[in-house]
Amino acid sequence: MEETLHLNIKDISHLLKNREITSFALTEFYIKRIKKYDSMISSYLKITEDIAYEMAYEANKRLEKKEGGMLTGIPLGIKDILCTEGIETTCASQILKGFIPPYDATVIKKLKKEGFVHLGRLNMDEFAMGSSTENSSYQITKNPWALDRIPGGSSGGSASAVAAGLCVASLGTDTGGSIRQPAALCGVVGMKPTYGRVSRYGLIAFASSLDQIGPITRNVTDCAIIMNAISGHDPMDSTSIPQPVFDFTEALGKDIKGLKIGIPKEYFIEGIEPDVKKSVIECISIFEKNGAHVEEISLPHTEYAVATYYIISPAEASSNLARYDGVKYGLRVDGKDIIEMYKKTRLKGFGREVKRRIILGTYVLSSGYYDAYYRKASQVRTLIRKDFEEAFKVCDLIVTPVSPTTAFKIGEKSDDPLKMYLSDIFTIPVNLAGLPAISVPCGFDSLGLPIGLQIIGRPLDEARILNAAFFIEQEKKLKKIPDMFL
Amino acid sequence: MKITDETIKYVAHLARLELEEKEIGLYTNQLNSILDYMEKLNKLDTSNIEPTSHPIALECVLREDEVKESFSVEKSTQNAPERIGSFFKVPPIIEIED
Repeated sequence: MEETLHLNIKDISHLLKNREITSFALTEFYIKRIKKYDSMISSYLKITEDIAYEMAYEANKRLEKKEGGMLTGIPLGIKDILCTEGIETTCASQILKGFIPPYDATVIKKLKKEGFVHLGRLNMDEFAMGSSTENSSYQITKNPWALDRIPGGSSGGSASAVAAGLCVASLGTDTGGSIRQPAALCGVVGMKPTYGRVSRYGLIAFASSLDQIGPITRNVTDCAIIMNAISGHDPMDSTSIPQPVFDFTEALGKDIKGLKIGIPKEYFIEGIEPDVKKSVIECISIFEKNGAHVEEISLPHTEYAVATYYIISPAEASSNLARYDGVKYGLRVDGKDIIEMYKKTRLKGFGREVKRRIILGTYVLSSGYYDAYYRKASQVRTLIRKDFEEAFKVCDLIVTPVSPTTAFKIGEKSDDPLKMYLSDIFTIPVNLAGLPAISVPCGFDSLGLPIGLQIIGRPLDEARILNAAFFIEQEKKLKKIPDMFL
Repeated sequence: MKITDETIKYVAHLARLELEEKEIGLYTNQLNSILDYMEKLNKLDTSNIEPTSHPIALECVLREDEVKESFSVEKSTQNAPERIGSFFKVPPIIEIED
């Protein structure tokens, strides 16, 4: 069973279908690994052991009849922000403690149809607000490559569990980099699809014009397989794009000759760690040596992206989080009247970062400041979007670092919100423009910490991104699971 | 545009948040530094730029007006901290004079 840690889902699925392994044994293998190793990294908020075995049993029945797809019987971990019927879904917040969704998010429904096995709920920054998973109200997740460092965030539990081999793959969500940055910092693959590619129905909302669900996996093939399963139009999400879905695995392994790759000069500025820069530049020359045309491009409004994002996303969050009022679900703290009940409930239920963003969001939307902040930021968002539109007239893909640094130490940035916000500088513009992008491992720094390469594409062009990422993966053949978890 | 402790208290009230005393000063300082950083947006002339509220332009999305199955009352209220029968229970909203 150990060897499955080094296989992709396609090969594991093959073993399951040929009855060389059973989904029950595979699930047991992962449950045992979680029990043995998760105390080191605290990636799981909850293991759903009974449900996992039940789902494995159901998958087995299908596999015995030679039925089922690529994900039938595959054990996955789920970020605790995706509503799953009958399983407590907390968003790592105290305000949703005990909340049991009466329905499945569309992505969960789709995965259930495929016959996946639900291993458990993965930790995250509360309401996905953070870049280090230190804002979880339950526990601090550690980076499997260095236990004194953060795994990134907000999908830190998802990335660390995949990197430590505590699930075959996982789902995360990305509002400003929350899939790509933890994937980069944990040495795994993470994709943020085009806005609208994957239904957001049942994703607990943070910033609705920016949120997307995507896979976090140990290799690019798995990423393509999960993209196949979760993509597609959904009438339950009015922002879902009515476009047919491509078989993303078919995109992999294609020649990259003639591919036009843009390198934005604004992304190689001061503040990038030399090892990160070196590793990214090395990948660019690998593309070039294999026949891609590499060209310097300009995304002139890059420096305004963080300011724009930290106006727009808290504004949307302050509105989305108004629903936590102690009436319909979650925590309630009693008060003498309804206003006091709201205030006390929200005081006790929300953590510090969430309250900070609600205040910031309420402020920028409040009368007298709306034009100065929210409207201004929405206009700058147009400029950022147009930068990409111009760039994609001359190139097919844009290649950049994911994060200016490798994983930082736990506690290093948690007292300075602005410093933390700036760590998302290379991932945020992609969300503002609604584009698809991947983080693929491209090397290690001198301390042995993983580095991620970001590949950005045109809207709905995930296939081309996946192919380029697959190419780098095949060239680099990097180690995926740290020794202490093998 | 410096914000003060009073602004933070007022905005927190708008957002129906009670703050701990020590949080007020902390948020005032942090928000001032965040808003200072955001001043850089004013370097850009955006007077003729349309705002983007949504990254992908979609037409108004409507569905057919058909009756479909929906959640039962039981399912919809199962997570309520307090309920009476099929209703959510809340503290009094309207003051009643004796």
